[in-house]
Amino acid sequence: MSERETAPRRAPAPQRATAVTAEPPWMRRLLIGVALLFLSVFLILPLAVVFAEAFRGGLAVYRAAFADPDARAAIALTVTVAAIAVPLNLVFGIAAAWAVAKFDFPGKSLLITLIDLPFSVSPVVAGLVFVLLFGSQGWLGPWLGGAGIEIIFALPGIVLATVFVTFPFIARELIPLMQDQGNADEEAALTLGASGLRTFLTVTLPNIKWALLYGVLLCNARAMGEFGAVAVVSGHIRGLTNTMPLHVEIMYNEYNLVGAFAMASLLASLALVTLAIKSFLEWRFAGAIASGPAH
Amino acid sequence: MDIRALGITKEFGRAAALRDVDLEVRSGELMALLGPSGSGKTTLLRVIAGLEQPDAGEIRFGDVDATPIPVRRRGVGFVFQHYALFRHLTVSDNVAFGLRARGRSRRPPPAEIARRVRDLLDLVQLAGYGHRFPSQLSGGQRQRVALARALAVEPKVLLLDEPFGALDARVRKDLRRSLREIHDATGQTTVFVTHDQDEALELADRVAILNGGRVEQVGTPDEVHDAPISAFVMGFVGESTQLPVEVRAGEVWFREARMAVPPQGCAPGPATLFLRPDDLAFCAPQDGWPGQVLMIRRAAGGRRAEVKLAGPGGHLVEIDLREGEAAMARGDIVHLRVRAGRVFPARADAAQSVESRPQSGRVPMP
Repeated sequence: MSERETAPRRAPAPQRATAVTAEPPWMRRLLIGVALLFLSVFLILPLAVVFAEAFRGGLAVYRAAFADPDARAAIALTVTVAAIAVPLNLVFGIAAAWAVAKFDFPGKSLLITLIDLPFSVSPVVAGLVFVLLFGSQGWLGPWLGGAGIEIIFALPGIVLATVFVTFPFIARELIPLMQDQGNADEEAALTLGASGLRTFLTVTLPNIKWALLYGVLLCNARAMGEFGAVAVVSGHIRGLTNTMPLHVEIMYNEYNLVGAFAMASLLASLALVTLAIKSFLEWRFAGAIASGPAH
Repeated sequence: MDIRALGITKEFGRAAALRDVDLEVRSGELMALLGPSGSGKTTLLRVIAGLEQPDAGEIRFGDVDATPIPVRRRGVGFVFQHYALFRHLTVSDNVAFGLRARGRSRRPPPAEIARRVRDLLDLVQLAGYGHRFPSQLSGGQRQRVALARALAVEPKVLLLDEPFGALDARVRKDLRRSLREIHDATGQTTVFVTHDQDEALELADRVAILNGGRVEQVGTPDEVHDAPISAFVMGFVGESTQLPVEVRAGEVWFREARMAVPPQGCAPGPATLFLRPDDLAFCAPQDGWPGQVLMIRRAAGGRRAEVKLAGPGGHLVEIDLREGEAAMARGDIVHLRVRAGRVFPARADAAQSVESRPQSGRVPMP
């Protein structure tokens, strides 16, 4: 008797439970619509415009934009800068994350704040700092100039500015993961007789590899796309110190729209590829990136 | 190989984790480090392993001062509470890790490594699991892999930090028996940390009881249970209830009654009488203290009554019910007599907490 009475009442309970937390349908549609509209106007539309403008004159004109030796020099320089800056930040990032996650020392919270500094400082300010330090009127510039070392308006300056701006990407990705994983795996390897290097290569690195790859991707995308800091230190010497983003600006200022958008489309493609790989990694190795121990 | 800790002191920040600890682990012995959390037992284990450096003191492996030897050369097998298996390696590769990490001159050939791994997986009853990954195993199986991995390097001493702490009761019991069997088969000097007295008493040859960074007592399970040398050990090992008593002229007095318990060398003054549940017996009204049964519950294979003694203080004692006493019910008035017990000088804090137990309701006297 009581069974028959209570059963129908119990059945809709799950629905009621979801209804408590969920919005009514019209509200849901409105929220999703607003979000979609925002995304379209501010993200998808500009991206589409970049490619539309780049191909406005047809494929031949698009190709011709890259035949320009200055454009090629800009691409080569950007790849060179990223090829130096990303490995440097790989080493710095792992070192910083290791220090923060595995050791306790005075000034640790200060170090974490410093790691975030490049995120909070305007890139232009970062560029200016390097000019003040290494420029011909700067603190170290005359001395370095005397030794025949050029930093500002040359490759080293661009690399320095890029390293500074992209420093947090890898460290930030690794610190929470390594803190979460703790020291036990490394301690286990040590008690089993492994050396510090072997422990790092065979235990620590496999534990962080996906997060590391993820950090490297983000770091690389930013290294290739950085404008502000590089603009200050590069000097805009065509064919010598112009990176891809700077080249885009110059082309645009000269009303060479196809040239500007062709180069911009290349940068945008880089961003899209990075996003695609990032999404794939998140989907495939969600556990290893987002949280810590799989067991 | 016998292990000795001599005058080990270790501080974290300002808090002392270990204070001048001496401990000897005999060769081939299975020893438990037992204590409440914060007693320093895990720190002591990590100091023996070389995972922590002591601030003072010495660890000796046989005749060798092991203190300056780094952990990777110390030859210890360490099993962690949360296994610390290498999750990107298979079970076999986990077990082989230590052998493969050796220098070329000491590394066995691959066929030999494979054979040793197989033997060890047999030993921990995981034959056929070699190709699996840790994430495909249950907690108990993971801890068995961790044990095999630690044994693979043929350590001088096997150290286990709360090895069963993260497992459920049944798995824990299985693994306990396994550890005992493996220990009996290999004769490996073994030290394990636990906060579970049943585990320590059941498994260990000898138990070291730690409290506040010091070793209170070392002895066989029978010794620490039946002949505790301090109030802490008495209260921590086995079950007991406490009565505030006074030692006067070589006799033990509870209020105005003389107890049938010798003072056992306890100096005159306030003291605490510890009673195991079987130290009390029911008796005729003229022979003992009246009290009221507050609760009857099942405990470890029998039934136990919680009795509130009449009079000020409302002290609670516990007594095991024997055959024929089963008819007792909640609220009954009974009379209790002390058959045995242990007397320790009252610690200021302990005595107070016993005295200040709130008196909830009056006990009606017959």
